Amino acid sequence: MVLVFAESPRGVIKKSAFEAVTYGKKTADLLGTSCVALTLGSVKNAGELGVYGASKVLHIADAAFDHFDSQAVAAAIAAVAQQQGATVVVLSHSSTGKSIAGRLSIRLNAGLVSGVNSLPTVNGASLHVKKTVFSGKAIAEYEINSTVKVLSLMGNAVKPEATGAAVTVENVAATAQGRIRVKEVKTQEGIVPLPEAEIVVSAGRGMKDPANWGIVEDLATTLQATTACSRPVADSHWRPHHEHVGQTGIAIRPNLYIAIGISGAIQHLAGVNNSKVIVVINKDPEAPFFKAADYGVVGDLFDIVPRLNTSLQKFKAAH
Amino acid sequence: MKLLVCISQTPDTTAKVSFKSDGKEFDAAGVQFIMNPYDEWYALVRACELREALGGSVTALNVGPAANETTIRKALAIGADDAVRINADPKSAGFVAKQIAEYARSQNFDIIFFGKETIDYNGSEVGGMVAEYLELPYISYASKLELNGNTATLERDIEGGVEVSEVDLPFVVSASKGMAEQRIPNMRGIMTARTKPLVEVAPVDYEESAKAVQFTLPPAKAGVKLIDPENMDELVRLLHEEAKVI
Repeated sequence: MVLVFAESPRGVIKKSAFEAVTYGKKTADLLGTSCVALTLGSVKNAGELGVYGASKVLHIADAAFDHFDSQAVAAAIAAVAQQQGATVVVLSHSSTGKSIAGRLSIRLNAGLVSGVNSLPTVNGASLHVKKTVFSGKAIAEYEINSTVKVLSLMGNAVKPEATGAAVTVENVAATAQGRIRVKEVKTQEGIVPLPEAEIVVSAGRGMKDPANWGIVEDLATTLQATTACSRPVADSHWRPHHEHVGQTGIAIRPNLYIAIGISGAIQHLAGVNNSKVIVVINKDPEAPFFKAADYGVVGDLFDIVPRLNTSLQKFKAAH
Repeated sequence: MKLLVCISQTPDTTAKVSFKSDGKEFDAAGVQFIMNPYDEWYALVRACELREALGGSVTALNVGPAANETTIRKALAIGADDAVRINADPKSAGFVAKQIAEYARSQNFDIIFFGKETIDYNGSEVGGMVAEYLELPYISYASKLELNGNTATLERDIEGGVEVSEVDLPFVVSASKGMAEQRIPNMRGIMTARTKPLVEVAPVDYEESAKAVQFTLPPAKAGVKLIDPENMDELVRLLHEEAKVI
């Protein structure tokens, strides 16, 4: 059986959890087995996981799980995996997944590959999976040969596929055993977080002044995109730190990344080069970013960005 | 305050990545190696700051061959008091975690620090593994760590924000940007690093369960398609019809 841990921060199943269940279902099909999802704490829409491939949803209701503690969560997933005889456990490669993957692999005596980005291939009792390594500069194929295997799935690597129907949720008795006391969760409401965003509009020092960001925000609004920035912009406090994408900031892999007035230093590319399509707008035709781009526009961003926005609005109105 | 900082050696950020033996092995020829930036800039510096404020000791630990000693001496130059090198090729996250856990088990460290991930295998796996071996709380991607007596207050990066939490010593933490500012070792640090203790420890056995068997380079980009800046309708058309992303 393939067990998928479905994250539900603030009571709602995340998009990345639907991706993980879709991945878990396809992996289960390859192995000729079923896919079961597990949710923890207070969850409003657990049954919906059935739509994306879970044949059953197990739920541990202890509200103590609403506050994240890697030790408690890993112990709960491991206990369910053992009770149910799971041979593969799938997590999201999110802040939560990264905190529990290592722990879970030790508890289950399982081989772990984190950040996988495609379906496994089955090779006898082993699984082969791929992930990007060296900050996007290479792809590694791993072989896992332990009885139980733990995989964490990179965000935006598979699309959630609605193939089934909602299922009933079965309660499993367990309590959270953690030692971390969560005091506060500060998140921006109404904005798709950068690691999960499908379209990202990002700007750099070419903007010249934080007061000029209106054109970037307008473009992001039209595209329903999340805004981001380069390191020098965050370091100069032109934009908040949580917008910083790149090696030291957040690594992202959207479908579309639009880089405005960013030269494309290797440290920046390391955080964005897994984007499916990259558009670069820069006045310097020699900017290194053009080498990593799919589409480029050489010119004055203060002219180009508003015009791109107008063209997009026209497109949106027609479609 | 007894602090352990686990440091990795990685290829430099700007290194050209290539493989040998038919893609079975990383090709280290001509590659400059550095201390993994998150280990150095955030984990090690914050540990040194805490030691400076509260007393105690900072031990830097690396799992690696003798060639890694240049990197380990740099950790001593930045401010670690002593260092341990577990003499083995760091074959996998599981292997490294086992070595660190076996060493740390009997040492009663108050805090065990890691960087948020290494810039080579990008796994973010070892910290959680060590925490589980030692049955300690683990806070990953912490961008802030303050200590008040035996209680730490931490901020952890989560999607779209931060989570603030408290935990009592001992615990394991992985550090992200914000926990500290990069320090350049000064001359005195470099001089004293030469004589600080660096102990070599033999590895323990470990059975591999997940290993990289094949490396490939990503397909080359087709090359940038330049669009007339006067014709943004064309860019929109390409994004819709060709790239299919809008």
